[in-house]
Order: sequence, then structure tokens, then C-alpha cells
Amino acid sequence: MKKISDFKIIEKQTWLRAALLRLQCEERLPEIRGGQFVQVRVDGGQHTYLRRPISIHDVDFQNNTIDLLIQQKHEGTKILCSLPVGAMVNLVFPLGNGFTMPEQNDEILLVGGGIGIAPLLYFAKTIKSNCGNKISFLLGGRSADDLMLLERFREVGDVFLTTNDGSLGEQGFVTQHSLWNTKKINKIYACGPMPMMKAVVKVAKEKDIWCEVSLENQMACGIGACLCCVENTTEGNLCVCKEGPVFNINRLLW
Amino acid sequence: MVNTEIKLKGLTLKNPVMTASGTFGYGEEYADFVNLAELGGIVVKGTTLHHREGNPYPRMAETPMGMLNCVGLQNKGVDYFIETIYPRIKDFDTNVIVNVSGSNIDDYVAAASKIDALENIPAIELNVSCPNVKQGGMAFGVTCSGIEQVVRAVRDAYHKHLIVKLSPNVTNIADIAMAAESAGADSVSLINTLLGMAIDAETRRPMLSMVTGGLSGACVKPVALRMVWQAAKAVKIPVIGLGGISSATDAIEFLLAGASAIEIGTANFIDPAISAKVARGITEYCERQGVKDVNELVGGLRL
Repeated sequence: MKKISDFKIIEKQTWLRAALLRLQCEERLPEIRGGQFVQVRVDGGQHTYLRRPISIHDVDFQNNTIDLLIQQKHEGTKILCSLPVGAMVNLVFPLGNGFTMPEQNDEILLVGGGIGIAPLLYFAKTIKSNCGNKISFLLGGRSADDLMLLERFREVGDVFLTTNDGSLGEQGFVTQHSLWNTKKINKIYACGPMPMMKAVVKVAKEKDIWCEVSLENQMACGIGACLCCVENTTEGNLCVCKEGPVFNINRLLW
Repeated sequence: MVNTEIKLKGLTLKNPVMTASGTFGYGEEYADFVNLAELGGIVVKGTTLHHREGNPYPRMAETPMGMLNCVGLQNKGVDYFIETIYPRIKDFDTNVIVNVSGSNIDDYVAAASKIDALENIPAIELNVSCPNVKQGGMAFGVTCSGIEQVVRAVRDAYHKHLIVKLSPNVTNIADIAMAAESAGADSVSLINTLLGMAIDAETRRPMLSMVTGGLSGACVKPVALRMVWQAAKAVKIPVIGLGGISSATDAIEFLLAGASAIEIGTANFIDPAISAKVARGITEYCERQGVKDVNELVGGLRL
């Protein structure tokens, strides 16, 4: 069930280009799947008429909190990152379909690039509690600054890192990491910038590995009504907000 | 008790609030947020005779207090609507109205006659004003002769309430509204989107795949209100007002300007529960102002 609710920012952590907001709601949270997202209303900007789609980074059902890890990009995300603790934000959530749960014996790899690491944490937690698979994250950024909250990821699984400048982990792109030569993988879940995801998809196709990617096409409604965020797929134009944001790569025309 | 019922020819709305085509899906998308029974009607997604994939991505650009779109009437065609969607939505406790579009007169007529046969669809909204489709849509809606041609042809084939949705991209909206009336429209709705454009200065490229698109949202409200006022003065048939309505106060302004009913469009994206809130807000306004019948507000502008 989708809801529209007011949340209060109860905790906040900031970095140079990003912020983590912990949002608390007075009502009980509905069921939320890993890879789903929220539409946040942004008030006070000249160019912030529409809501901003932000992936769900973590959920605490006991305290009714949702964590959003937000990268400052344009006016909307800058305003969101500058909101103080105590401020209220309005969310429409949970939206989209999220990632597909693996089978118990699957060897899985969760690949995140830049702010695309955000949805992987909560998804990994849901895998752990539902199927018990061993979790491996492969996270990449331009530099060490892009890779925040690594301790949270390490609590859930093994963390492998790459940075373009070599400031953290192996130097290069996620697809150049040495684990691809050594690790047994039969399912990949990826979220990140388009060039990174396309590179991951190329590897997955070469190695014939099942793979899902999470897209972030520009959206207006977030619930499948306006048909703005479409991705051209094997089934024609599909709404990323409703049919996605997660797609199996076999459905994409990449 | 305030009477909120609005009677249009062959179409009774329990209140003046409807949702605009292309912004409310088939109603189902909003069922978690809105009790559809609280609405006067919903106008479902633009439907064409044949399946349409719509325009390529990107189809949307945000603009100050509004947005541009060039979706291009993506839909699976009227037969799919009748077989698959209609059975799911036909028993909604509100008027379900189908927006019908086409790229030539025969297609409009064929799609309209198929929908004529659907018992639980009391009206169609004829879209002669889509700015995002080549040869069609708006091409008919920007000249009096074009609009008369298509409305007359559909009028002969369609026997229930016929709403004609007008384009604002015209020199004289009063003439266009009169042309629709003389060709047999039972009501007119306006405005469809205003043709606009957005450019990314960094990449020097257009923001939309089709370069231009339709502007909607709060920013268009003053233009819409002016056009509704001009059209309502020019015709005897009811006018349905839309364009940037985001609150009950906005809706009442349209009623005062001469609209008998209103549609809520882009505001559904910002607050998916807004349509029912506007319906309740209109009743509250009437109670506060001592208005016993919402029909008293229609054209009630004090000059």
C-alpha cells in the first residue's frame, strides 16, 4: 500500500556533496522492499515544483524511520541536504518494485557506483533476514569522498572498493576490480551512474550472469500515471517508476 | 447541506471536481491516495484507435512552478482499453470519462464509436489539442474549420455527452469554443497544455526529445483562467476549466470565471491526494460563504 505521510528529520549526517537524513513518521510504516524509492516534496525552490525520487537507504520498522542518502546535484537535492534536524518533509512511498530476492544458494554481488550505493544497504539487509545469503558489496566512486557509510555496509557483508583516483580500494572502475577473476557470482544487482551500469551489464552478459539494474529516469508522478520516465524495453516503453526502477537486463535494449 | 451536484447534458457530477487526462492514469494508480467516490469524475489517459508507443525519452522537463511534457499519447489503443482496462474501472463510483485522440478524422470517429458502446462510460473528452503529436491532435484544434470538421464527424457517431478539449495555442479562444459548440459539442474543456520549450545551457541541447512540449502546472493558471472566462462568455454550453488548479481556492476561481466543473491535472503529481481535498475544500468554501448550491458560483464573478 502506497502512502503519503509527513516525516520529521530526527538525525542528520553531512558530507561535502551528500547528506544522510533519518526521517521518522508517526504512523506505522507499510511493507517496504529493497530497491523501492520515495518521492520527496521539496519546498522553497524556484525549480522544485515536482517531487524528487530518492531511493530508500535503510528502514527501521520499530522506530518508524526511513534513511535517505542524498547526493547534492541540483536545486532540489541541495535544498533537501540543507534541511535541519527537526524539519518536516512529505513523502509518497514506497514506490516501484524493488530488486528480486535471490534464491538461498545464489552467489550474489551487489554493485554500487557513487550515490547508487544507497539502495543496496537496505536490500542487503532484507536478503540477510529472508534468505541468509552471504552478502558481497562492490562499491565504486570517483574518490574516497564518494564512498561514505562504509561501516554500515561492513556490518552486513564483505565490502570491495574501487576509486577512479585510487584514493580508496583498487584503482579503476568497479568492472576492473580483481574480484571478477576470483569470485564465483551467479547474480548481480547494480545501481549507479549510467556508464557504470552499462559496463556492469556488459560484464554480466559476457559471463552470462543473471543481473538486475536500478534506473533513475527523470520522473514526474512516480506512480505510473504520467508516462514521463519511460525506458524503451523488449516490451516497449515502460514506466521506470512503476514497472521498475529495477529491471532484469534481459528486458533492456542496452 | 451544500448542494454540490452539477448537471451537464446527460452527465451528472456529484461535485465539480474531475481529474485531467494524462495525469491520473486510469484512476487505479491513485486508489491508495484518493477515494474515487469523492470525485465528480475522472478523465482517463488519452486513447487512440491504434496502439501508440509515444515519443522517445526524455519526455519531461521541470520549469518554474510547472513542467513540460512530450509524452505523445502513449497508449495501447482503444480495443485494449475496452478488453483489459474497462472491466477493471467500469464500476468505480464516479464518472469515468475517456479522452479520445487521433491523427485523422476516421480514427477519431472509429475510436469514439467503440467507446459509445460502453455502458459505463457516460462521456468522452475529444482531444483536439495535444501539442506533442505530429499531424493531429492540435492540428485540428487551432482552426475553427478544423475543429468543426472533427467535432461534427464524431458528433454523428457518438451519442452521449461529448466534451471537446480545447488548445490554448490559438489567437482567439472564443471563436474556437463557438466552433466546437456549433459543431455539436455538449461542453468544452480548457486549457490543454501551452506549447513551450526548455534548453540545457550546459549541453546546449533541448531538454525534451521532441524539442518542444506542453507546459502545465501552477504557472499556467492565470492564462487558463483568462481563457475559461473568455470561452464561457462566448458559448451557451458548459465550460470545464483546467490549467494549474492546485487548491480549492483555485477551483473556485475557475467556477467564478464561468466554469461549471473543473479538472485537476499536474497538481496530482505533487500531492496525489489533492483531487479529493479540492472537492472537500469547495464544500467548505460554500459553507463559509453561505452558498447553498455550488451552481450559484458558476460565472459568479463580480465585475
